[in-house]
Amino acid sequence: MSDSHIVSSFDEELNDLRSAISRMGGLVEAQLSNAIQAIAKRDDALATRCVESDKDIDDLEDHIEALTLRMLALRQPVAHDLRQILSALKTSHDLERMGDYATNVAKRASALSQLPEVGPINGIVRMGRLTHRIITDVLDAYTQRDVERAMLAWERDEEIDQMYTSLFRELLTYMMEDPRNITACAHLLFVAKNIERIGDHATNIAETVYFEETGRRLEGNRPKGDKSSFAVVKPGELPDG
Amino acid sequence: MTEPSTPTRDVTVAAKPPGPEQLANRYTKVQSRDVNVYYGEKHALKHVDLDVYENEVTALIGPSGCGKSTFLRCLNRMNDVIDICRVTGRISLDDHDIYDPSLDVVQLRARVGMVFQKPNPFPKSIYDNIAYGPRIHGIAHGKAELDEIVQKSLERAGLWKEVSDRLDQPGTGLSGGQQQRLCIARAIAVNPEVILMDEPCSALDPIATARIEELIDELRENFTIVIVTHSMQQAARVSQRTAFFHLGDLVEVGETEAIFTNPEDSRTQGYITGRFG
Repeated sequence: MSDSHIVSSFDEELNDLRSAISRMGGLVEAQLSNAIQAIAKRDDALATRCVESDKDIDDLEDHIEALTLRMLALRQPVAHDLRQILSALKTSHDLERMGDYATNVAKRASALSQLPEVGPINGIVRMGRLTHRIITDVLDAYTQRDVERAMLAWERDEEIDQMYTSLFRELLTYMMEDPRNITACAHLLFVAKNIERIGDHATNIAETVYFEETGRRLEGNRPKGDKSSFAVVKPGELPDG
Repeated sequence: MTEPSTPTRDVTVAAKPPGPEQLANRYTKVQSRDVNVYYGEKHALKHVDLDVYENEVTALIGPSGCGKSTFLRCLNRMNDVIDICRVTGRISLDDHDIYDPSLDVVQLRARVGMVFQKPNPFPKSIYDNIAYGPRIHGIAHGKAELDEIVQKSLERAGLWKEVSDRLDQPGTGLSGGQQQRLCIARAIAVNPEVILMDEPCSALDPIATARIEELIDELRENFTIVIVTHSMQQAARVSQRTAFFHLGDLVEVGETEAIFTNPEDSRTQGYITGRFG
């Protein structure tokens, strides 16, 4: 099968769509990376810049939605073309949510920079970096239409979940040790949760890549490592994470 | 497209609709096995195995010269009238071979009606266009019964309200869309079981096309329909199953939804997405 459509402007539009997703993905990666950096360095200025740049991500989502609407209306796509366009629409929504979570991390970095330094900052930074790598893998899989790579990233989300559970327990313990830690630890708890949600959206994108390239929906349970919903820590217990 | 390996852990792949139990309930109205058609030396249709299910619309698509119309015309032996045409293999209607020498072709064509690309009403009144078939087949006994057949056929073709006050006027005076519905009414007047349609909307505007498509969907309840169309959107809109032909081969046949969302053969994908043709 030839890769090109007889009507070449259709190919141009599909390429535009794919490059818009790549740009959006790049912005989200930068957003997360800056937000984590702002936490690690207690950098209020960086955090503020990061919050402001969320608008660029939202604008790209609008742009992608307009492109897909236009293509659905004017091209009446079918088969792989249709799946590509639906995938772009879904992926743009996932990326937009990821951008929002990263922005929230940046906002909390501002707050944290004004509080005394407490808690497992290194653990948060490690979790952020791992999530960043997974996003990069998923986006590369999207760009290269590489289903195997998408699946590898999909499975790695379990590691993020496990890190989140252990951070959750650790933060509870810090809070119990000294109530003055509670404000900072509560922020960190939300930071960890936001990062964990970013990972979940990254797995959505991996599933979308699978659907786009195979035409089949990925069914079955993704291995989940997030046990925090069931976690109980009693005073005097040591963190085990 | 390359087939990616399925991920290892806990993953199963969703089955395509409909399930086997639904398929088991389908009755095969027309069956073709190893059908070949030759025009002189030219091998126009190659080893076609295709089942047409009762009360379904089966769409035949493919580029010009792919054999889809040739196949359609085999189903009521319209190819018999072409001297150099030779058909081999087996085509059966309700499991009876339609190429059986003892079979009456006129009776076959009453059971398997046909609607053509260009509306071709007889140069007669609207009434006589419909009444002609029932008369020569001896279906109607007396004027009252014939009147009833004419009215019922026009009603089923969605034309009755538009022409009931001018049945004596020539069928050729109607608009293109009305003429095509008149031809459909004429086809169903003799109570066929299968209706073959050869690009029935290609000479019609979008509104008249929509009316015919709506009509096809209604007719499906009582008839089995096979339609050749150049419009892939039309195939997607009206059919339950779609068969893709290319260079005389039946490349792929399947549920219309599956063909248009996830075709298996790269030639099908290429054709329906506009990459060759």
